[in-house]
Amino acid sequence: MERIKKIALFTVALLLAAAIIAGCGQQKSGAEKQGASGGDTINIGVNYELSGDVATYGTNSKDAILLAFEEINQNGGVLGGKKFNPIVLDNGGKREEAMSAAAKLITENKVVALLGPATSGATMAAATMATKYKVPIISPSATNPDVTVDPQTKKVRDYVFRVCFIDPTQAIVGAEFATKDLGAKKAAIIYSNSDEYSKGLYKVFKEEFVKNGGQVVAEESFNSGDQDFRPALTRIKDAGADLIYVPAYYGDVGKIVNQARELGIKVPMLGADGWDSPKLAEYAGGAANLNNTYFTNHYAASDPNPRLQDFIKAFKAKYNREPDAFAALAYDTSYLLADAIKRAGSADPEAIRNALASTKNFDGITSKITIDENHNPVKDVAIIAMVDGKQTLKKKITH
Amino acid sequence: MAVFLQQIINGLSLGSIYALIALGYTMVYGIIQLINFAHGDILMVGAYIAFFGVVYLKLNIWLAFIISMIGSAILGVLIERVAYKPLRNAGRLAPLITAIGVSLFLENGGLMVLGTEIRSYPAGLITSAQLPLAIFGIKLTATTLQLLILAITIAMMIILQYIVHYTWAGKAMRAVSYDPDAARLMGINVDNTISVTFALGSAFAAVAGILLGLYYNTIHPLMGIMPGLKAFVAAVIGGIGLIPGAMVGGFALGIFETMVSGYWSSKLRDPIVFLLLILILLVKPSGLLGKNNTEKV
Amino acid sequence: MRFSKKNLLSLAGAILIYFLVYWLQAAGVISAFQEINLMMVGINIILAVSLNLIVGFTGQLALGHAGFMAVGAYVSAILTTNLGQPFPVAILAGACTAAVAGIIIGLPTLRLRGDYLAIATLGFGEIIRGAANNINYIGGAAGMIGIPQLTNWTWLYLMMVLTILVIVNFLNSTHGRACVAIRENEIAAETMGINTTYYKVLAFAMGAFFAGIAGALYAHYFYLIQPATFTFFRSFDILVMVVFGGLGSITGSIIAAAAITIINAALQDLAVLRMVIYAVLLIVIMVFRPQGLMGTREFTLDRWVPKRGEASGSAGN
Repeated sequence: MERIKKIALFTVALLLAAAIIAGCGQQKSGAEKQGASGGDTINIGVNYELSGDVATYGTNSKDAILLAFEEINQNGGVLGGKKFNPIVLDNGGKREEAMSAAAKLITENKVVALLGPATSGATMAAATMATKYKVPIISPSATNPDVTVDPQTKKVRDYVFRVCFIDPTQAIVGAEFATKDLGAKKAAIIYSNSDEYSKGLYKVFKEEFVKNGGQVVAEESFNSGDQDFRPALTRIKDAGADLIYVPAYYGDVGKIVNQARELGIKVPMLGADGWDSPKLAEYAGGAANLNNTYFTNHYAASDPNPRLQDFIKAFKAKYNREPDAFAALAYDTSYLLADAIKRAGSADPEAIRNALASTKNFDGITSKITIDENHNPVKDVAIIAMVDGKQTLKKKITH
Repeated sequence: MAVFLQQIINGLSLGSIYALIALGYTMVYGIIQLINFAHGDILMVGAYIAFFGVVYLKLNIWLAFIISMIGSAILGVLIERVAYKPLRNAGRLAPLITAIGVSLFLENGGLMVLGTEIRSYPAGLITSAQLPLAIFGIKLTATTLQLLILAITIAMMIILQYIVHYTWAGKAMRAVSYDPDAARLMGINVDNTISVTFALGSAFAAVAGILLGLYYNTIHPLMGIMPGLKAFVAAVIGGIGLIPGAMVGGFALGIFETMVSGYWSSKLRDPIVFLLLILILLVKPSGLLGKNNTEKV
Repeated sequence: MRFSKKNLLSLAGAILIYFLVYWLQAAGVISAFQEINLMMVGINIILAVSLNLIVGFTGQLALGHAGFMAVGAYVSAILTTNLGQPFPVAILAGACTAAVAGIIIGLPTLRLRGDYLAIATLGFGEIIRGAANNINYIGGAAGMIGIPQLTNWTWLYLMMVLTILVIVNFLNSTHGRACVAIRENEIAAETMGINTTYYKVLAFAMGAFFAGIAGALYAHYFYLIQPATFTFFRSFDILVMVVFGGLGSITGSIIAAAAITIINAALQDLAVLRMVIYAVLLIVIMVFRPQGLMGTREFTLDRWVPKRGEASGSAGN
């Protein structure tokens, strides 16, 4: 027995050593590739949540990034044939690991730019390293306004960029669409009081809608997960609203739409990217209930833009599943980076940063993107209309 | 009043699922005093077995239930043999750590093998219709799925009670949980009895996993973590180690949770659930149905 | 603490390590990646050693250590960021608040035994996190951003040595022996006239105090803290370090905390596979060495400073 134990312990030790060597070996092979090909590759850091509870976001983003770089490399790379070498590290959704992964990518793998992480918290942690070493970092999907602008000093973080619009943008565009396109004058808002996202959109929408000459006739709040919205909806009906704004996630939205239609409320309903789910029609009690509803989103899968459709096809072919908004945004981020390197004419981090900051009308699959002075994108917000349960692109509004 | 009764209906569905999971926790705890942290992840595996059965083998949902129960039972026994059995005499912390290890293994192995995407069972597996109900003239709605969840849970509980009280294996389980050494002296194969317990508990978890997948319409490799933890809380509230305790605890927790999110805030739901747990433990440390036994010296 | 040859040697060693790392850092030999992980090693050592006091030496299975860490992190961050207090005050306040939280939680729950205590402390950890999620003053779910980076090697090392020194000396005192007696047999300890509640709460409060220090160091190194940073998974991680190193072995906790942190960081490029490897290692090591790396032994200098006729405490068998 004692011998078995010793053998087992030895095996474990070996396994451990092998794992560590494997870890180091992989880095080396990356570095060697760079060395061997005489600086013909450009190392890009891909720092994502690949394990832990937000692994879904990170994996979709990472897969899209790898797809994008593969395509760019196949098409001849950048700067006269230089190929991208994306180096992927997992941060497990932990702040300290996002930071240490960023540090490792910058100092040991000598990456010229960092892509990711997917969530705002991890992005802010990784961004501290990017700022320290003056390497640009682009998050495809971090929506917190503080990611690119320091909330205390109100100064822009020089090396931090993003490709998604921040939450208030959606509400501003939503209000514009409501007044101009839907001709709404008296809006009702029903929002989740237990959710920052919902509360944030509610505040901005109300301000903008009033600014546009409308009037908010009813404001109702609920808690995410509530089952019965009939009392609130009845009050909204009595107030004579001609539009209902529902900035919430699809689970609650479905129930609200269902019960509103049940109560005979026929006015248009408008929401935000939280509505984006194939499950929405099911929760709403059938596709018919969703007619005359709209929501703002990062992109529309039904957008006829051939590059978007090619991306969807390529992603499905490679990974055997549908891409989501995270994947689409990450794909744009990779091409934006390649574009910035081309415009900079060099793979020097400082030059890339300057090129990123001066991005104008970059032609992405989600939208044309211009980076503003706060390093946020000026881009199209897609307005999606639900028609018989299908998402159809109603229009795009640039903001 | 209508709202209140409606919340009870919703709470009962969630509570049924908690109760099914809690049964597995409590049986394992009753027999080897181990908090099997991997139990919630067995639920996930069960949900995925059924998913693959339904989607790729085009199985009938009921057949998928049975295959998933068998598959999960085998997994449960395997986990017990590999990770817990060698540690039966190694104190209580070492098996707890391997349980955490098994849990991490199933979660991350799941993310690696099954992928990170959220999937859902094909629509129309179980006809989900709104059923109008009237209790004392108050109009309420329940879905067929909600009734089905409740019916399956009650049926499973009756089966379990039968197994535990009227079969040889059940008697052996009770004997081992009461005193493993005496049971061994009486000629009971303790190892096999423990395996049977794991198999039963895991099969129940598989059912819970499928019901959870149907109820929330999503399955994901990490879907078992929170329900697993909540079900453990339910088992403790009811009195851990006691089968009726797990049922009572499960239903109580399900209804309580729905009430908190219904009347107060879903954001405060989890902290309040844990607060309730602690309060119950302080007032009655052995749970609602538990007897206070004095520590043996 | 007597100034024996051994103690002086330890002291000299500790000072030497400090200056060695300080000099390496000043010379730029330590990369940013290594520095971050050095910090995490230090913070994890503080957490593991303090949890070992509760779980390993006093025998109380607590699963809420991340909660105390959160208290220390938030209180210290509020003091420096919002109220402009100096860092030492913030560390002390964070640690004391965590200790008070430990007493508040410990007094009622420590009469629960074994697994009930485990689930109650896990619950408390989640309550603390849930509360942080709901308080707008500390940023709610988005957390606190822009905490000044005040933690450096000096502070980290000072706090780490302080933690180890205080806990080792505590364990070698009457109080420490009382705690070990409670672990060995609570009823016998009570019969011998030990106030078990007092000592259990004392150990709990001390553990929480140092977890609070670790939280303060964490908050002031990583700039931002969020409730999601302090989930029960972090409590599990710390427990794994303690059990892996050996319950009742301070040096075991130190070695395990360092080893697990470094292995975790080294495997970052294996993505989710790294967590699978971690899980398999955890199972295999526990199955074949349930007492942990060191068991209850300590790795001592006796090995290198032999005294005639004294048995040496060696690592493992």
